[in-house]
Amino acid sequence: MNLRGIVDKMKAPFDKGQKLEKLYPAFNAFETFLFVPNHTSKTGAHIRDGIDLKRVMITVIIALLPALFYGIYNTGYQYLYQTGEEFTVLDAVIHGSYKILPMIAVSYIVGLGIEFAFAVFRGHQVNEGYLVTGLLIPMIMPVDIPLWMVAISVAFAVLIGKEAFGGTGMNILNPALTARAFAFFAYPTYMSGNQVWVSEASNVDGVSGETILGMLAAGGSTDQFSMMDMFIGSIPGSIAETSTLMVLIGAFILIYTGVGSWRIMVGSVIGAALTGMLFNLWGANELMSFDWYNHIIVGGFAFGVVFMATDPVSAAQTLKGKWIYGVLVGVFCILIRVFNPAYPEGVMLAILLMNVFAPTIDHYVIDASIKRREKRLNSKLKMA
Amino acid sequence: MSKGIVIKNGLSINIKGVADKELKKVPLPNKLALILDDFHLIMPKLLVKEGDTVKRGQPIFYSKSNENIKFVSPSHGKIEKIVRGERRKILEITISTDKNDSAIKHKIPALEKIKRENIIDILLESGCWPFIKQRPFDIIADPLQNPKSIFISCFDSAPLSVDFEFILKDQIESFKYGLKILEKITPGNLNIGVNRNQEFLNKELDDFNKNIFSGPHPSGNVGVQIHHIDPINIGESVWIIRPEDVCIIGNLFLEGEFIPTRTLAVSGPPINNPKYFRTVIGAKLQSILNLIDFKNGIQCRIINGDVLTGKTVEPDSYVGFYNNNISVLKEGNNYKLFGWIPFINNSVPSIYRSSFGWLNSSEPKEYDTNLNGEERAFVVTGEMEKVFPMDIYPMQLVKECMIGDIEKMERLGIYEVAPEDFALIDYASSSKIEAQTIVRNGLDYLIKETL
Repeated sequence: MNLRGIVDKMKAPFDKGQKLEKLYPAFNAFETFLFVPNHTSKTGAHIRDGIDLKRVMITVIIALLPALFYGIYNTGYQYLYQTGEEFTVLDAVIHGSYKILPMIAVSYIVGLGIEFAFAVFRGHQVNEGYLVTGLLIPMIMPVDIPLWMVAISVAFAVLIGKEAFGGTGMNILNPALTARAFAFFAYPTYMSGNQVWVSEASNVDGVSGETILGMLAAGGSTDQFSMMDMFIGSIPGSIAETSTLMVLIGAFILIYTGVGSWRIMVGSVIGAALTGMLFNLWGANELMSFDWYNHIIVGGFAFGVVFMATDPVSAAQTLKGKWIYGVLVGVFCILIRVFNPAYPEGVMLAILLMNVFAPTIDHYVIDASIKRREKRLNSKLKMA
Repeated sequence: MSKGIVIKNGLSINIKGVADKELKKVPLPNKLALILDDFHLIMPKLLVKEGDTVKRGQPIFYSKSNENIKFVSPSHGKIEKIVRGERRKILEITISTDKNDSAIKHKIPALEKIKRENIIDILLESGCWPFIKQRPFDIIADPLQNPKSIFISCFDSAPLSVDFEFILKDQIESFKYGLKILEKITPGNLNIGVNRNQEFLNKELDDFNKNIFSGPHPSGNVGVQIHHIDPINIGESVWIIRPEDVCIIGNLFLEGEFIPTRTLAVSGPPINNPKYFRTVIGAKLQSILNLIDFKNGIQCRIINGDVLTGKTVEPDSYVGFYNNNISVLKEGNNYKLFGWIPFINNSVPSIYRSSFGWLNSSEPKEYDTNLNGEERAFVVTGEMEKVFPMDIYPMQLVKECMIGDIEKMERLGIYEVAPEDFALIDYASSSKIEAQTIVRNGLDYLIKETL
């Protein structure tokens, strides 16, 4: 019997009127994971594009993989480098995997569990959005965060951030950032400060776990890190955001396939660069005089604008709106970094803030089109 | 030659099996029919009963909302059956043809003397009126209305679609005569849209008010052309006619008879040597399909119309009233193991470069009818705008049509669009949204609430 035959046999109890009918969405998620269904177009266009939401989401995951792999390596590297022992790349990867893979597992189990439950409860298909969210959440957490905090943050993000608004496609805030913001405000000692950004920094003396932006906010010097370090990503930080190079590879995949909005990415970089230049001219403190190009490659900025700001559901939806939204994400990110020393990393709050304002931006962009239509009508009426 | 208007947003889909420029005449089939589904929102009132003998051009039914709008028999013959569906709704009226070819004769005044009212009366009486549709709403035009202009698009940019230059070549005189008649009934302009590559039509139509277009589909959609030349405002209307129907109108005024010639491009990947067939409106499909060489062992879907906007029909159905296409596609009712992984199933093309299919994107492909996914919530943004060349926000408009907020639909430009303009959105949507159906329902809701 071939695989399809086995699946068909398993499907029988889930069909209409059968015992497990209620659980059909859960089975459907499993079945469509294996096979693209045999559904054909019934109404509307008879031919359809090869893209579907699963393929969109898997493309984003592929784009995330370079940053994830580097993040796993860097977690080990930061720890082993500071302990002063000799180590190989493999040692670093093993240490990183030991820390990070359980977080990813917890994120997927808790998040997908809730998604499946809601799909069964509401009787609709399981949407694929969580495949990306579930990977993003551990990637933007500090490495030493306890697993139960990951679980609670995920539950909060999926329940309050997404399902409460009606599920995939309806949420106002980016779910992954909602999870991080929740953890950030609920468990601040695990999410900020100078002890959390390197593996085991709070347990092992002599290991310092401070980020570059944290050092700057404290008025310290960051001379031990070169611009190359910041670009490659061998610096302390959240798990997968440190490497601008790996994020750029991801950005390339997203832009090249057409899945991610280049307008938002470019807009953010322009916004951040201009704001950074302005502050460089001012130069009143360490963060202000931190070179604008370093601002772009350090911290979560690159990761945030490539993978979080471009989330199509929570970003602006019109093409012009995406430019405005992108630029403002960049501007607010640097503003928050510079003016609010309690939050040396601004990109999370900047994106969440702009998520809230995205519908307003769209409203005014669409209004301009409506005004053009009204103007056309009025000029016609005047002529007549 | 001026460059004309270049449409940028859109998508030309390249499918295997484009019809060769070879015309085959089909003998008059022994059976034909009028399918009521072709006449959107028309409530028919029958003028004949089963068993009656009708002449070519004799009215069979009229519209309940305007009894002057008559629908006539495409041939001499006998009313064979009035097929009814649920609640006795008339679905189709079948006519068995015979050797006799007598037709209703209409008195046609000389072209110089003829007035607008005369022309409209003759069009209504002869059964040619239903060829004239109106925007907004994409329904048969109201003869009492004063449209601001008439638009005719002389090219179809949809995949596998008909080449109007080819089918108008031997009917060019009746086409031009039809245009002259139509010029007299529009208070405004008669706007003709031609493609930059149509050398013959560009030359022949020099005396008329033509606009040159180029660019990908939907540049041939008349709605897109209206939007770029003379957009419809609230309270205005525009009449539209398909090119071959202009020939029928031309012949009516030349010969005084209703001559329902229909030239069809029969095309699609499952056909060997696809070509053009000339028959009559409502001809039994089998009379054409019998002449076609199908590839063996393929389960086919027959479509009245093009692959983006047409209707699925059974092989024992009839040629539609408006279409110049019969498209045939392979039914894609097969499962694809892990087909959602990028770089698997590269034969399925995509506007995203998420498969290697784009590498040979200029090559024609064998599309089938698989949805390539399941319907999902709106997630990805920006993909609709890529294929929608109007100053209208398509996703927002689709959403308002789903909600049914009339004021917002109006403000977002619902009067400028027809379902066919959303066909590429059906195609491109990663959430598999049925945009054409949603917009049609939105327009119908608007008609119900406002007219």
